[in-house]
Amino acid sequence: METSADRRLSAAHPRLKELLFTLRRFLKNPLSVIGLSLVVIFGIIALLAPVLAPPKYPDPFRIPHTGFRIEPSPPSAAHPLGTMQQQYDMLYGLIWGTRSAFRIGVFVVAANLLIGIILGVLAGYFGGAWDEIIMRITDIFFAIPYLVMAMALVVAIGRGLKAVTIVLIITGWPSYTRVLRSDILVTRGRDFIQAARASGASHLRIMINHILPNAMYSVLILASLNIGTTILTAAALSFLGLGSETGTADWGQIISLCRNWIVGAPGNRFAYWYVVFIPGFVISLFVLGWNLMGDAVRDIFDPRMRRR
Amino acid sequence: MRPAGAGALAETRDLVTNFYTFEGVVHALNGVSVVIRRGETYGLVGESGCGKSVTVRSLMRIVQAPGRIDSGAILLFLNDSDQGAGVEILERTETYMQSIRGSDISMIFQEPGAALNPVLSVRDQVGESFRLHRMEQMIDETLAGLEESRRGMRSGSPRRLVRALQGALLRAESRGFKRFAAAVSRIDAELAQLESRDEAAARIRREALNDARDRARPRGGASAVARRIPLLRRYRRPLDATIRRHVVELLRSLGIPNPANVAERYPHELSGGMQQRIVIAMALACHPTLLVADEPTSNLDVTIQAQIVELIKDLKRSTISSVLFITHDLGLVAEVCDRVTVMYAGDVSETAAVAELFARPLHPYTQGLLASVPKVDQREELSMIPGAVPNLIRPPEGCRFHPRCPRRMEVCSREKPPAVEHLPDHWVACHLYPPAVRKAAAGGTT
Repeated sequence: METSADRRLSAAHPRLKELLFTLRRFLKNPLSVIGLSLVVIFGIIALLAPVLAPPKYPDPFRIPHTGFRIEPSPPSAAHPLGTMQQQYDMLYGLIWGTRSAFRIGVFVVAANLLIGIILGVLAGYFGGAWDEIIMRITDIFFAIPYLVMAMALVVAIGRGLKAVTIVLIITGWPSYTRVLRSDILVTRGRDFIQAARASGASHLRIMINHILPNAMYSVLILASLNIGTTILTAAALSFLGLGSETGTADWGQIISLCRNWIVGAPGNRFAYWYVVFIPGFVISLFVLGWNLMGDAVRDIFDPRMRRR
Repeated sequence: MRPAGAGALAETRDLVTNFYTFEGVVHALNGVSVVIRRGETYGLVGESGCGKSVTVRSLMRIVQAPGRIDSGAILLFLNDSDQGAGVEILERTETYMQSIRGSDISMIFQEPGAALNPVLSVRDQVGESFRLHRMEQMIDETLAGLEESRRGMRSGSPRRLVRALQGALLRAESRGFKRFAAAVSRIDAELAQLESRDEAAARIRREALNDARDRARPRGGASAVARRIPLLRRYRRPLDATIRRHVVELLRSLGIPNPANVAERYPHELSGGMQQRIVIAMALACHPTLLVADEPTSNLDVTIQAQIVELIKDLKRSTISSVLFITHDLGLVAEVCDRVTVMYAGDVSETAAVAELFARPLHPYTQGLLASVPKVDQREELSMIPGAVPNLIRPPEGCRFHPRCPRRMEVCSREKPPAVEHLPDHWVACHLYPPAVRKAAAGGTT
C-alpha cells in the first residue's frame, strides 16, 4: 500500500531517499530503537552532567562526600540514590561516571579499531612476512589472560584512568586485527577483486574501495559490541583497585567502593541492596544499549542485508 | 619458435607459469605460445583446468599468488610506435600494467555475480573505469560545462558563482595540488571586482569562498586526505555528474533498458544477464583494443547466452579491435571465433582458423574433442576420450596427452612435440606431424 510518505519519498533526491530508507529500517526494529535510546539517554546525561549534578570541587570528577562514616546510607532526600562507603554521593558518582564511561569506551574502541584495521590490512592483504609477524604477536596477546595482562600493565604504568585507557588500547587491538584479517583473506580471493585488478586499479585503491567496504562489517559490529565490554573491563580494573583513585566518578570505582557491602549485614543480606543494585543496573543498561546498537549497525551498513 | 604473424596484437612466447602450492609445484602452463592478431576474434578452447584462464591472466599479469610467471615472453603491439619489436610486458613496471589494464586490455569475468563488488552501485562500479583511465577527459568535459555557466557569471546569479568556483577548483586539482591555493586566491580577486547587488548572492559567495579556503589551506598529505572526506568533496559534484552521464550513456549503448535507473542499483538487485551486461560495460568503458572474455556465458541460461554473444559480436564490429574468447563450448567457438587454439593440460595442441580446425582436426586431442560433441542427428553412442586430465603437479613426461592418446607412439612419452605448421596457418604440436613430414605435405599440396 502506498502511503503519502512513500509518494513524497519517490520525489526526493536519491541520497535523501536512501537516508530515509535507512532510518525507516532502523526504526522498524524495536531492539535497535531501544539500543539507540539507551545510548542517547546516557549521552544526554553525560552532556548535562554539570546541570544534573553541579560539581562541588574544582575537579568535577571528584565525588563529594558528607562525612567519613564507613557504612553506606540508603536513599534519602539529600542523597536520592543513597551514599556509598565514606558517604560518597551515589547519584553524583553515577552521573559524572557516565562521562568517564563514554571517554573510556569510545576512545579506547576507536583507538583499537584504528590499530586493528591498519595491522589487519597489512597482514591480510599483503600477507607473507607481515602476516606471520603480526599474527604471531596477536597469538602472544591471546596466550596471556586478558585481565591478568591488563593488571600487570596498569601496575607497570601506574594507576589512574589514563593508565587504564592506555592499557585497554594496548591489549584490545588483537581481536580486531584477527577478525579483519580473516575477512580480508576471504574478500581478497573473490572475483571482483580480480576484476578490479584487471581494470587497472592500484593496490591502495583496491584496498580502500573494494576490500575494506566488504570486509569491515564484522569489525564494526565487534567494535560497537566491544564498547560495552571495554567499560566492563575498565570497571573490573577499578574494582580490583587498579583503576582510578578512591572517590573518582567512575563506575568501576563506585563498585569498588561498594564491594565490602555486597554481602549485606549479618541476618539481613539485603541491608545495602542499593549499593549493589543501582550501579550494577546502570552499567548493565549502558552495555546493553551498545550491544543492541551493534546489531543495528550491521543491518544498516550492509547493502545485502538492508534490502531484505 | 613461431614468428609473430603480420598484424599481431598480443603474443606469448613459451610462457611458463607455475603455482607453488603446499602440495607441490603445479605446472599450469608448459611453454604456451599464442598469437592474437589485430581485428580477429580468437578462441581459446580446452577442458577445465587446461590453463586457458591462466594464460590470459598471465597476459594481463594478474596471476594470483601462489602463481608466478617463471619464463617466456609476453609481447604487446598496442600502437604503431611499438609495432616493430612490441612491448615486453614482463619487463615493465606494475604502474605501466595498471595503465594498460582496463584501458587497452580489459576483461569480462566468468561469473557476473561474483565479478561485481556487492557494496558498490552500478554507477560507482562502471564509473571506476572512467576514474582510473579517463580522469583527465572527465575533468575537461566538466570544466567545459562549467565554463558555459561561468559566462553567465556577470549576471550575478549566486548559483552560477558557486559553479564557477567549483570549476576553478577542479581545474586546479587537475593540474596538481600546489596550484589549488593559488586558484582560490585568484577567484577571490576576480569575484571581489564583481558588484553584488543581491544580498543573497554575496552571502553565498562568501560561504563558498570560505569553504574553498578551508580546503586550500592544509597542504600536502593532509589536504589530500581531507579531500577524500565526503562532505568536503562537494565541489566535485559536477565531476561526478559528468561521470554518471557517461555511465548512463554506456549502459544505454549496451541496450540496457532504463539505464538511469539501473545505474543507481546494486549488483544483487539485477538479474544474471543484466549483471553480465554491467560487467561488459565496465570492460568496454575505455574502448579496449583487446577484450578478454573468460567464459562470459557459461553461467547464463541459453537465451541470455545468445543475447550476450550477439552483444559481443556487435561490439567487436563497432568498437573493439580484437576479442580473446575463452570457452569450453565448441559450438560457441564455431559461431564467434575467427581463429582458435586448443589447449590441453598447459600445452597448446593445435591452432588454426575455425573452419579449418573443424574440417581437418590434426591433433588426436582435437579429434577426440570434436567427436565427443553431441550432434542433433546422432544415433550411435557419443564417443569420449578415455582417462582424465592429468595432475599438473606431476604431469606426464613428453607430450602431456600421451597417456590418453589413441595414436601414441614410443617417442610421445619422451619428447615434448614442437609446434609445426603442418598446413598453411594450421599449427599442431604432435609427433604424428614431424617438421620433415610437414615439408613433404606442404610440397604435396602445392
